[in-house]
Amino acid sequence: MAHAPIPPTSPIFGRLTLDALPFHEPILVATFIGVVCGASVVLGLITYFKWWGLLWRDWFTSIDHKKIGIMYMVLGLIMFLRGFADALMMRAQQAMAFGDNAGYLPPEHYNQIFTAHGVIMIFFVAMPLVTGLMNYVVPLQIGARDVSFPFLNNFSFWMTTAGAVITMISLFIGEYARTGWLAFPPLSDINASPGVGVDYYIWGLQIAGLGTLLSGVNLIATILRMRAPGMTMMKMPVFTWTALCTNVLIVAAFPVLTVVLALLSLDRYVGTQFFTNTLGGNPMMYVNMIWIWGHPEVYILILPAFGVFSEVVSTFSGKRLFGYSSMVYATIVITILAYLVWLHHFFTMGSGASVNSFFGITTMIISIPTGAKIFNWLFTMYRGRIRFELPMMWTMAFMLTFVIGGMTGVLLAVPPADFVLHNSLFLVAHFHNVIIGGVLFGMFAGINYWWPKAFGFKLDQKWGKRSFWLWVAGFYFAFMPLYVLGLMGVTRRLQHFNDPSLQIWFEIAAFGALLIAGGIACMAMQFAVSIRDRKKNVDLTGDPWHGRTLEWSTSSPPPAYNFAFTPVIHDNDAWWDMKRRGYERPTTGFEAIHMPKNTAAGIILAGISVAFGFAMIWHIWWLAAVSFAGLIAVGIGHTFNYDRDYHIPAEEVVATEDARTQALAVQG
Amino acid sequence: MSNVALHKRLLVRAIMTRISFSGVRSRALAVVAAAGLLPLVSGCSSAVLNPSGDVAAQQRDLIIIATVLMLLIIIPVMVLTVLFARKYRHQNEDADYDPDWDHSTQLELLIWSAPLLIIICLGAVTWTSTHRLDPYRPVERLQPGRQIAKDVKPLDVQVVSLDWKWLFIYPEYGIATVNEVAAPVDRPITFHLTSSNVMNAFYVPALAGMIYTMPSMETKLNAVINKPGNYEGFSSNFSGDGFSHMDFRFHGLSEAGFKQWIGKAKQSGRALDTATYLKLEKPSEDVPVIRYSQVAPGLYDKVMNHCVAPGSRCMRDIMRADAATAAGKSEGEPSMPMHMEGAGHAGTRAQAEPEARVMRLHGAGLTPPGRDAPQQMSADAARSQRDPATL
Repeated sequence: MAHAPIPPTSPIFGRLTLDALPFHEPILVATFIGVVCGASVVLGLITYFKWWGLLWRDWFTSIDHKKIGIMYMVLGLIMFLRGFADALMMRAQQAMAFGDNAGYLPPEHYNQIFTAHGVIMIFFVAMPLVTGLMNYVVPLQIGARDVSFPFLNNFSFWMTTAGAVITMISLFIGEYARTGWLAFPPLSDINASPGVGVDYYIWGLQIAGLGTLLSGVNLIATILRMRAPGMTMMKMPVFTWTALCTNVLIVAAFPVLTVVLALLSLDRYVGTQFFTNTLGGNPMMYVNMIWIWGHPEVYILILPAFGVFSEVVSTFSGKRLFGYSSMVYATIVITILAYLVWLHHFFTMGSGASVNSFFGITTMIISIPTGAKIFNWLFTMYRGRIRFELPMMWTMAFMLTFVIGGMTGVLLAVPPADFVLHNSLFLVAHFHNVIIGGVLFGMFAGINYWWPKAFGFKLDQKWGKRSFWLWVAGFYFAFMPLYVLGLMGVTRRLQHFNDPSLQIWFEIAAFGALLIAGGIACMAMQFAVSIRDRKKNVDLTGDPWHGRTLEWSTSSPPPAYNFAFTPVIHDNDAWWDMKRRGYERPTTGFEAIHMPKNTAAGIILAGISVAFGFAMIWHIWWLAAVSFAGLIAVGIGHTFNYDRDYHIPAEEVVATEDARTQALAVQG
Repeated sequence: MSNVALHKRLLVRAIMTRISFSGVRSRALAVVAAAGLLPLVSGCSSAVLNPSGDVAAQQRDLIIIATVLMLLIIIPVMVLTVLFARKYRHQNEDADYDPDWDHSTQLELLIWSAPLLIIICLGAVTWTSTHRLDPYRPVERLQPGRQIAKDVKPLDVQVVSLDWKWLFIYPEYGIATVNEVAAPVDRPITFHLTSSNVMNAFYVPALAGMIYTMPSMETKLNAVINKPGNYEGFSSNFSGDGFSHMDFRFHGLSEAGFKQWIGKAKQSGRALDTATYLKLEKPSEDVPVIRYSQVAPGLYDKVMNHCVAPGSRCMRDIMRADAATAAGKSEGEPSMPMHMEGAGHAGTRAQAEPEARVMRLHGAGLTPPGRDAPQQMSADAARSQRDPATL
C-alpha cells in the first residue's frame, strides 16, 4: 500500500517528522521553490515600498465591509490559481495516461490533486468570491454604512483565510486527502486513510466553515435590520434578495457540515463508530448529512450569481427588471427546494423507487423557478437598449451556457438516467457547466460591473474581451468532450485508461483547459493594464454604467461612511428613481459620523486557529492545548476592548464631500 | 434512435440558419450548437447509447425522451436570447424602447406554466420509469415483445467488491471468479452486492445502470443481457489508489458457452476457502482473472457481516444482541430493520422477499439460522487449493 506507516507520536512534534516534507516529489519541490521565490518577491516589494504599516492599518485590521469584500475577492482569485493549476495537472494526466503510458502522476498524487481541486474551488474560490461580492455590494445597495457586526465580518474573513492557509500547508507538509472532495467514509475513516490528508481536510473546512457561518449571520442581520428608510422587503434590489436567501441557506446548512465533520473527526481521533463498517457504524448517515449541506451549498453559490445577472441585465438594457416579484418568489422557492433534493446525489446507493422518484421530481421542480428567472432576464432585454459592455457579455455567455447545464442537470435528476450517468464524466461536465457557466461567469460579470465602484476606474475592454472569448471557447472545448465521454460510459477520477479511442476527447479537453489558462492570463493582464491606465479610464461620477441601485449614488470608491446622509427610498430602482426625479446631492449640513474602529483581534484569532488546526492534524497535543487556550483568552480579552468606535469629524466629511462636488463639476 | 437524431439535427440546423444572420455575437451560440451536436455524432459508438441489455436500452430511451422534452423549452430560450440580443442592441435605434415595461400577467403565466407543463410530463415519466427500472425489481421481459419463459429462474450472482478487484460467487453452481463474470443471453440475472471495505459501484454500461456496493450492506441489481459479447465492467465510484484498474469483463454467452464457462471454473481445482479469501481481500491491483471450483459456504454473508476471519463475531449478531439489550427484547426477535426503503417497496417486494427488505441496506437483519453456519470444507478441497500467484 502506498500509505506510509503512522510514525509514533512524539510529545513535542506529534506525528510530524522530516518524512512529512515531500523531498522525493520533484513536482512539489519545484512548486515549493516557485512559491518561495514568488513570496520573497512580493514580501520584498511590500517591504521596499514600506507598505506593511499601510496593509496592517488599512486592510488587515479593517472592519470596513468594502475592504473586507475586496480582500475576500483577492483571496478567491489567488486560490483560483492554485485550484486551476490542479485542473491543468489533471487534464494533462488524463490526456497522456493511456495504455503503456502511466502519465506523470502516480495515483496517490493524482488522488490528492482532484480532491484538493474540488475542495479549493468550492470553499476557497467560489465561496470567497460570492461572499466578497455580497460583502462589498449589499450594504451599499441598502443604503447602510457597514454591516451589522463589523468586527465579526473581519473575523469571518480571517477564519476563511485560515482554512485556506491550512489547506495550502498540506501541499508542502504531509499530504492532502485522497478521498474525493466530500471524503465519504469508509474511505475517509482511519483504516482506509490513516495519513494526515483527511485531517487537513477536516480542520481546513471546520475553521473556514466557522467564518462562513458567522458571515451568514452577519449579512442576514444587516439585510433585515439596516435597510435605508423606505426600502421595504419588496423594494430591495434583486442582488440583495439573492444575498439574503443565500445567507439563510448558509446559516441553515453549514452547521450540518460542522456536525458531520466533527463526527468524522471523533471516528478518526477517539475511535467512535458513527460512520465505520463495524460495530453498528453507518456510512450512509455521513452521505446523507454531507449532502444535506452539499446540495444547498450549490444554491448558496448560484443565487448571488443570479442576483448579479439581474442587476447587470437591467442596467445594460436600460430598463426595469421584468417581473421583479416573480424573480423574488423564484429565489425564495429555490431556497426552500434546495433542502428537498439532496438524495439525488446518491440515487444509485439503493434507495427505493418511490424515494428516488420523490427526490428526482423535487429536483426537476427547481428548474421551474430557475426557468422563470431566465425568461425574466430575457424579457428584461426585450424592448431594451442593450449595451454590450463586459458585464453584459458575461451575462449573455451565462444565459446560453447555463441552460445547457440546467438541461443536463434535469436529465441527471431522472433516476434511471442517473443510473447510467452517475459518477461519469457527464456528471463532471454538468456541474462544471453550471458552476463555471453560472457561478464563475456571474462573478466575472460582477467583478467587471462593480470594479469601477470599488476603485474609481473601469476595467480595460480590450483585454477583458480577449479574456472573455478565451474563457468561453475554452469552457466549451474543455467540457463538451466530457459530456461525450460520459455518454460513452467513462467514469470520473480515473488516473489511467486502457481504451486508446478515448484519448482524442481528453486531448480536446486539455486543449480547452489551455484556452482557459489563456483566458486567466488575459484577465490578469486586464487587471494590470487597467491599474496602469487608471487615469485614462477614470470615472469621477460614481455612476459609470447609468446604474439603477443605490451603490451608484455614492462616489467611486465610496467614502468610509458610504453615505453622508442616509437616503430615503421610494422605488426598487432607488437611484434610477432619484435621478429621474431630479435628485440634488446635498452639499451642506454635514455632521460627524459614528463609525466602528479597526481591530487586530480577527487576524490574531485566525492566526491562532491555524496553529490549533495544525496541532490537531499532527497530534501535537501541547500546541493544541496552548492554542485553544489562546483562542479563548484572546476572545474574552477582545470583549474587554471598549474602544470600538469613533466619530469621523464633520470637517473630514465636509472635505470628502467637497472633493466629490468638485469631481462631479469637472465631469460636468 | 435514428429518427430522434434526425429530428434533433434538423432543429439544430434551424438554429444554425437563424444565427447566420446575427453577426459577431452569434459566435457564442454557434459554439453551443456545435458542441450540442457532439454527443449525437459520437452517440452510436458508445455503450451507454447503444447497449446490449434491455434495462440499459430502456435507460437510454429515457435519456433521449427527457432530452427531447427539455429541448422543447431550451431551444426557444436560446434562440430568443440571441434574437433579443441582436434586435435590441444599443446601435439599433429602430427597435422599440420601453424602459418602464416590467410586467405582463400573460407573459408571467406563460413563463411559469411552460416549464411547469414540461416538468409535469417529465415527472410522470420519472415516476413510472423509476419504478419500472428499479434495480431491485426483477426484470419482467427479455426485450420489447419478448416475455420470460415461465420456468426460467433468474441467475443468482453474489458480487463482492474488494480493494481493488471484483469477486463473483455463483451459489447455484458453487463456483467463484475474480474480475470476470458471465451470464447466458436472455436469462434474467439477479446480482446481490456488497463490499469488503470501502464503497464502490458495480457498472456494466452495456447491461444496466450502476449500483453501489457498500460494506455491511447489500444492494441488488436485476438485469438481462440480450446479445452475446464481451463487455467492459468497472467500478464507478472512487475507492482509493487502485481504483483506476478496478475493471472486469462481463461475458454474455449462449447456454452452451455458459456451461463451458462454468466448467472452466469447476476444473480449476482452486477452492475459495476462508484463508484464501482473507488473502484475496488484501489490497492488490491489476489482478488477472482467477477461477475457483469451490466456495466456502456462506462466504458472501460472512463478508457482509465482517466475520470471515475465524473467531470474529458477525455484525448481525452484535447488532441483534445490542438491540435486544437496548429494547429488552429476547435474542430471537429481529433487531430494528435499518433500511432506507421507500413506502413503494413495502407493498410488493416486502411480501415477496421479507428477508431482502430487512437486509437491504444493512447487513444486520434476519437470516435463517444455520444458513451462515460455518461448515468444514472437505480435506481434499482444502489440500487442492492454491493461492493465486498474483496476489
